[in-house]
Amino acid sequence: MVEIISAFSLWFIPLLIGFILLYGTWKRVPTYEAFVDGGKEGIKIAFTIIPFLVGMIVAISIFRASGALDFFLNLVRPFLERIGIPAEVVPLAILRPISGNAALGVTADLIATYGPDSFIGRLASVMQGSTDTTLYVLTVYFGAVGIKKMGDALKIGLLADLVAIVTSIIIVTVLFGKL
Amino acid sequence: MINYIWMFLTIIGFIFAMVNGTVEEVNQAIFEGAKAAVTLCFGLISVLVFWLGIMNIARESGLLDKLSVLFRPLITRLFPDVPPHHPALGYILSNMMANMFGLGNAATPLGIKAMKELQKLNGKKDTASRSMITFLAINTASLTLIPTTVLAIRMNYDSAQPAEIVVPTLIASFISLLAAIAIDRWYYYRRLRRKR
Repeated sequence: MVEIISAFSLWFIPLLIGFILLYGTWKRVPTYEAFVDGGKEGIKIAFTIIPFLVGMIVAISIFRASGALDFFLNLVRPFLERIGIPAEVVPLAILRPISGNAALGVTADLIATYGPDSFIGRLASVMQGSTDTTLYVLTVYFGAVGIKKMGDALKIGLLADLVAIVTSIIIVTVLFGKL
Repeated sequence: MINYIWMFLTIIGFIFAMVNGTVEEVNQAIFEGAKAAVTLCFGLISVLVFWLGIMNIARESGLLDKLSVLFRPLITRLFPDVPPHHPALGYILSNMMANMFGLGNAATPLGIKAMKELQKLNGKKDTASRSMITFLAINTASLTLIPTTVLAIRMNYDSAQPAEIVVPTLIASFISLLAAIAIDRWYYYRRLRRKR
């Protein structure tokens, strides 16, 4: 089961790219030019997230280097470890629904500190990828049409985020084990 | 809120540095953290450029529109308050497709157009309608086929298999999507019961 899933993970990207290229060629899209056009957007994104990441990674680095992070993590660790959650991902779980780029900073920091192939590194990867920034989505979309009473939207979004976090922990634990 | 969290992290860090005598480490952390962040962003350029380039081919060839036709029957069921041929559904589908393929910047304007169409159908203009809440519940769950940025970060830090998290991420976001739809329905029926 685990082998099948990781083989599929590995083949998913080449197959998808191959399919898109062939489909584009069949539909007579100037594939290379379309690729270059879209790629420009990628440069823009990489540059716009620089200040977000600098701000958040510096703040987290200060928080960790001062000993504050360990202090707070040790407070919640005994409780969380009993239910199989590494305390290190708690800051990510809190930030994920609030700010996507700030959470990306935390994810990058966790992957850099514990390694991409560690339990925490994998868990951070899946947690970052599996939900969107609820508060940002609600603010932008409701703001655009002038809705002031959001109804249950915030509660639903945050509960779904919670489900995503719990599922991420379960899936990563089952598939990769706690290494 | 993010402003307070950011300030809290920094200031509490300084207070702990004072108490623990770790000022030297903190000073070092400031400059090394900033450097790590910028280095990382440069590492991300490669994957982002490549992926958004490929996705642009998918968009220009009409592949995303084609896929959205497949999802249409599902969407009409999720939005029973929207007439089946209303333009709102088209925008909702395009927004979902763009999100699925990691085209966040293309998804937002489509999502806003969907909201504007839903607002036309909305009876109370300052209150979120049922369809709007469903749309945003689906949107925040974010079903993404390839988590591009995370992949790029993993490559940047020399993962042995950067892509091994693709399917787990897909499963987790699919389950959270199902949960979002179920929770949305539950809250909707609860609102109905309360009105009675």
